[in-house]
Amino acid sequence: MKRIIVFRIVSNTALGSNYTLMKLTPEDNAELPDTCPGQFVQIYVPDSKSTYLRRPISINFVDKKSNQLWLLIRNAGDGTAALMRMKAEERLNIIMPLGNGFTLPSDGERKLLLVGGGVGVAPLYALGHKLVDGGYRPVFLLGARSESDLLMLDEFKALGDVMICTDDGSVGHHGVVTTHEVMNGTFDRIYCCGPMPMMKAVANMVRNSGAECEVSLENTMACGVGACLCCVEPTVKGNVCVCTEGPVFNINQLTW
Amino acid sequence: MVNLNVNIGNLSLKNPVLTASGTFGYGPEFADFIDLNRLGGFIVKGTTLEPRQGNPYPRMVETPSGMINAVGLQNKGVDYFIEHIYPQIKDVDSQIIVNVSGAGVDDYVEVCRRLQQHTNIKAVEVNISCPNVKQGGMAFGTTCEGAASVTRAVRKAFEGTVLVKLSPNVTDIAEIARAVEAEGADSVSLINTVMAMAIDVERRKPYLSTVTGGLSGAAVRPIAVRMVWQVAKAVKIPVIGLGGIMNGRDALEFILAGATAVEIGTANFINPAVTVEVIDYIEDYCTRHGVDNVNSLIGALDY
Ligand SMILES: Cc1cc2nc3c(=O)[nH]c(=O)nc-3n(C[C@H](O)[C@H](O)[C@H](O)COP(=O)(O)OP(=O)(O)OC[C@H]3O[C@@H](n4cnc5c(N)ncnc54)[C@H](O)[C@@H]3O)c2cc1C
Ligand SMILES: Cc1cc2nc3c(=O)[nH]c(=O)nc-3n(C[C@H](O)[C@H](O)[C@H](O)COP(=O)(O)O)c2cc1C
Ligand code: FES
Repeated sequence: MKRIIVFRIVSNTALGSNYTLMKLTPEDNAELPDTCPGQFVQIYVPDSKSTYLRRPISINFVDKKSNQLWLLIRNAGDGTAALMRMKAEERLNIIMPLGNGFTLPSDGERKLLLVGGGVGVAPLYALGHKLVDGGYRPVFLLGARSESDLLMLDEFKALGDVMICTDDGSVGHHGVVTTHEVMNGTFDRIYCCGPMPMMKAVANMVRNSGAECEVSLENTMACGVGACLCCVEPTVKGNVCVCTEGPVFNINQLTW
Repeated sequence: MVNLNVNIGNLSLKNPVLTASGTFGYGPEFADFIDLNRLGGFIVKGTTLEPRQGNPYPRMVETPSGMINAVGLQNKGVDYFIEHIYPQIKDVDSQIIVNVSGAGVDDYVEVCRRLQQHTNIKAVEVNISCPNVKQGGMAFGTTCEGAASVTRAVRKAFEGTVLVKLSPNVTDIAEIARAVEAEGADSVSLINTVMAMAIDVERRKPYLSTVTGGLSGAAVRPIAVRMVWQVAKAVKIPVIGLGGIMNGRDALEFILAGATAVEIGTANFINPAVTVEVIDYIEDYCTRHGVDNVNSLIGALDY
């Protein structure tokens, strides 16, 4: 069930100058609702006169033990900049959980690749945890513009093998993710989240490889609950709402 | 106890708060956030005779205190509504109003006829003001003759309450309101979205696939209040006011300007529980002002 929850910010830690990792817990200490990796939340941004609608942000992680929701946010404009400025103890009004999640591997699927680009690594952290809890050892292929745009590397390394690419070659493989040798391996299931050109390139590369591939879309949203029909993506079933039928889609559903 | 009941033609609403078409889905989308039974009524998505895919993405851009949309009446058509959606909502203890659109007069008539035949829906809202479709829509709402012709045809085809939703994209909205009143409309609702446009200057491209779209949200409220005030003075039928209502105070602006009921649209996206908060606010306002019947506030502007 979707809920409107008032959260207390526990910490808001800058990761370099463009990103922040925000940890929150419900103000009333009520238990967080169940969520799946890949789902997102809609945040009401206080203190930004130029921000009218809520902002959709992926669930980065839900820590059941401390009852915390983690969000990994990139400064993309006024709304996210206002979120970056927020301090511990301040309150945020959030609707969650929204959308569907990634499909977990079915029996026999063992080789799993998680491809993230930039802040698109956000939902892959929750997914990685879930996979590790299920006894899998996922491979992460993480791409970014430059070293300072690689996020939560230590956390990902604790979950599985991590390969790195940067556009400028400052660390790891020099080039985009699709040029990394790991992409030539065989996988049963591939999960991908990042900028649109990256997801399309990955989708085209693996389409006929026999691997199932899911991507997470970031279409512009107004309501986040399937009411406004602003966020549609063309699919084999026609236009569907990314906020309710996505944000995660199997690439076979898309018309890319 | 404050009496919040208002009447629109033969349609009795338990309170003056409705949801605006296209912003509340069919209702169940909001059932996690509010008790739908509390609403005065809910106006479901724009419904057409045939299914429509709407306009290509991108269909929405945020602008100062508002948003421009170009959804273009995406819906699965009236038959799908009757068969699959109506059964899910028919038992809600509120009034369901279907927003009807068409490319030609015959489309409007046929949608209303099917609704009458297969449902217990007591009211339709005739949308002659959608700026996001090539044919029909706003073309009917911007001339007195066009507005009158659709109203006349629907009036004949539908026995229940007929609301006609007016476009703000006209020079004299009161004149259009009088034209639909003369053809037997039970009520007018206003405003639909204001034709608008926004440009991404870096890319030198319009933000919307359709270039122009319809502006809604707080940004349009002062325009809407002014139009409701003008129309309420021009017609005898009840007026339903909407456009940028974000909270209870905003809703009262419309009621004082002459609206018998209000619709809440874009605000549902920002606060999905806003409708019940507005109902509570109106009740509380009446109590604070020593008003025991909300009807006595309609048009009670002191000037
Ligand atoms: C399902 C989903 C999950 C997302 N997850 C994350 C995440 O985990 N971390 C993260 O940093 N970002 C995420 N985003 C992107 C984030 O929502 C946008 O960067 C943010 O809304 C920008 O708002 P702004 O006010 O800072 O910038 P603006 O100046 O408003 O816009 C900057 C850019 O963001 C895009 N944008 C603006 N408003 C929206 C909106 N309502 N919906 C989608 N895109 C928008 C615009 O097209 C523009 O390109 C996600 C988006 C979606 C749809
Ligand atoms: C995404 C969206 C879709 C809409 N779809 C319809 C529609 O199908 N039929 C209609 O009559 N009005 C439609 N409208 C207009 C609203 O019902 C309302 O008239 C307008 O948004 C002004 O009110 P608001 O500022 O409270 O949103 C739509 C508005 C939005 C934002
Ligand atoms: S954002 Fe409103 S339907 Fe998806």
